[in-house]
Amino acid sequence: MTRRLSRETMIKWAPLLVLIALVIFFTALNPTFFSLRNFARIAIAAAPALMVAVGVTFIIVMGSIDLSMEGTVSLTAVSFAFIFAQLGGSLAGLGWIAIPLVLVIGGVIGLLNGLVHVKLKIPSFMASLAMGFVGTGAAILLTGGDIVKVSDATFRGLLTVRWLGFPLMVYVAAFFLFVGWFIQTHTTLGRNFYAVGGGEDLAHASGLNVTRVRVTGFALAGVFYAIAAMLVVARIGQAESVTGANFMFVSITSVVVGGVALWGGIGGVWNALVGVLIVNVIDNGMVVIGLPDFLQDGVLGLLVILAVVLSTDRKMVSFVK
Amino acid sequence: MYELKAVDKKFPGVHALKSINFHIKRGEIVGLVGENGAGKSTLMKVIYGAYQPDGGQILINGAGVRFSNPRQAMEKGIGMVFQEQSLIPNLTVMENIFLGYERQFVRFGIVDWKAMAAAAKAQLAKVKLDIDPATVTSKLSFVQRQLVELAKVLTLEERVKGDLVILLDEPTSVLSKDEVQLLFKLVRELTTRASFIFVSHRMDEVMELSDRIYVMKDGEVVDVVERGGATAEAIQHKMVGRNVDKQYYREHLQTPFDRSKVLVEMTGVGLPGRIQDISFKVHAGEVLCLVGTEGSGREAILRTIYGMLTPVTGRLKIKGRDANGYSPRQSVASGVGYVPRERKIEGIVAGMNVYENMTLSQMKNHSSSGVLRVGEERALAREWIRKLSIKAHSEFADCGNLSGGNQQKVVLAKWRSGGSDIMLLDHPTRGLDIGAKEDVYDMVRAMSAAGVGIVLVADTLEEAIGLSHTIIVVKDGRMQKEFACEPGAKPTPFDLLHYMI
Repeated sequence: MTRRLSRETMIKWAPLLVLIALVIFFTALNPTFFSLRNFARIAIAAAPALMVAVGVTFIIVMGSIDLSMEGTVSLTAVSFAFIFAQLGGSLAGLGWIAIPLVLVIGGVIGLLNGLVHVKLKIPSFMASLAMGFVGTGAAILLTGGDIVKVSDATFRGLLTVRWLGFPLMVYVAAFFLFVGWFIQTHTTLGRNFYAVGGGEDLAHASGLNVTRVRVTGFALAGVFYAIAAMLVVARIGQAESVTGANFMFVSITSVVVGGVALWGGIGGVWNALVGVLIVNVIDNGMVVIGLPDFLQDGVLGLLVILAVVLSTDRKMVSFVK
Repeated sequence: MYELKAVDKKFPGVHALKSINFHIKRGEIVGLVGENGAGKSTLMKVIYGAYQPDGGQILINGAGVRFSNPRQAMEKGIGMVFQEQSLIPNLTVMENIFLGYERQFVRFGIVDWKAMAAAAKAQLAKVKLDIDPATVTSKLSFVQRQLVELAKVLTLEERVKGDLVILLDEPTSVLSKDEVQLLFKLVRELTTRASFIFVSHRMDEVMELSDRIYVMKDGEVVDVVERGGATAEAIQHKMVGRNVDKQYYREHLQTPFDRSKVLVEMTGVGLPGRIQDISFKVHAGEVLCLVGTEGSGREAILRTIYGMLTPVTGRLKIKGRDANGYSPRQSVASGVGYVPRERKIEGIVAGMNVYENMTLSQMKNHSSSGVLRVGEERALAREWIRKLSIKAHSEFADCGNLSGGNQQKVVLAKWRSGGSDIMLLDHPTRGLDIGAKEDVYDMVRAMSAAGVGIVLVADTLEEAIGLSHTIIVVKDGRMQKEFACEPGAKPTPFDLLHYMI
């Protein structure tokens, strides 16, 4: 059977085409955009956002939404900085233990998030939004509003050590992206996300434990937020209660721009990757072509809408609530 | 007056309509029959403007037209009465009738409700429905809603110059016999106002109502039959391309079941307000049919066995083990499979492909510590696609795009491939055409021969009698009578009706 270029395939690939078009556009305006140095800059900026986006992708595929990422990232970042310091403040020493511990903390926050949503039957957007504020509050409580420095050279190596021009943190993010892809396509959990997102009643009638799938999904997202938090700390060398700021808008727009359907069941981590790159290329490209600061946010917002317009098949979406 | 010339429609992998010629005269009632997947729905969607043909012409009074959406088709006088009703339940009858066309009642930005009510009343009179137009639609009975829908389409008469063509998609599927007759009478009277295209699975009704019948098979019109031009068997033969087996329900394949092996046992099970004191046993290889009217408690019994409902009184045992308070997950683990009535909601996940749907209930069998063996899943799906001759281009086909019969096969394969040996079938043939129904009957017999215990809620009494070893008549949540149904000594529908009503 020969493959024809149908509208469906076009839509599937539209986000990627948008990304390529953007790269060509910015390169045309300023050729220095198309350089390894600049790509590394984009990758560094995108790595933590990608982790958050992968986490929230699972939730959106389930047909829910998670808005707790800002609080979770702040709290796990601050926790990491404190635990790391307590354990000697060096990755070469006992400090490495902080990493698995913080992953567990992220998972537990996500778990709580999921339990509040499922057990108390609070809509996921409300439950997670509230939990996010709790997270931010807890982070302020821990730090007292101060900044906690993490200056261990080994840990900062994630940023400073480069391989083929890209710092290690980019490879870490790529690795966990791959883990996300594996969970999505090769595990029962990943399949369950799609089943719940595609038809919750049916998933229930097929004997799936929908409650457990949802709670596990939120916990998994929490773990990815914790990874993001550590990458941010590695990048800027400090943690504070606003470390997670701005991740909500960036990650959710990325996921949607990348082509994950907000009503669940469609899309996956590759869409998240493309989406995150689109948003970061726009961000970076505007700096490169020299647009003033105050214009960037506005233009980013408009371009995001444009990207969604280009990538969504509005014929399929009869009604948007 | 309305005509299709060599209309063609292709979807990826499917040639849905192959050069269709179709015409309808003023005041004519045209029947449209065909198996599921024959192209009826696609043809209808082309007619009412939801799909655009890839080739051919649509002519109204000889002039070519092209609709890019249903609203444009409506403006040319083509209206659709949907099978799944399209009225908005929380609006009133009149709001529904004039939905999207309220402007005629608006004066200075304010809706003149009195004028709208009067106009709605006039529309309702056309379908002889005497209700208050301000009634909230959800309060109406099913047949009333159907009539409101028809009245809504008939508003085209005032809006459109020229003739009306109204499509009726399975309008009788949930109506009682009397209601069907009422509807038919009305349709016949309305031929002074409009032409009708009538689509139904019930051959006798199509033959009774239609002046001409278009028979479709595999995307083509294989025959056009004038009223009285052919017998029902001859038409069915053309639809299916073969004779309908005299042994329709595969009675000759019915074998005695194993009385020594009890799979499900209910003793005095009750759920307040739904069922009371239900006791029966399902044996290996037995087809047990629950017969009763809608709301008699058949569903509640099925759902109790499946663990979606928990018995308040009495005991439920599955394979000798106490199953009171099981969740669906535990029931599935003990070998119960459930084929629900609402295929689209509880049967298959649209958007997931064939193999993903098939292994949905049994991912444990195809994974080790949460990691799926996708190759194995695909092999399983390929095997069942072949075994049940499921029409799908591959195991990657999106189940949402399969026809009803093929979706049902995927659902059955899902449970059978997972080794379920207690099958709960809730209207497994609902909405299927004859060929697909026969496939389901074959599968029921094959499962029974393999020692699967089946609890069935059938679509018709004939189907219940034909398929079952045992029939239990349920009325108002209580068991009325049990019938043994040996081949050759089966009860008649009349015997059952006596206990049902």
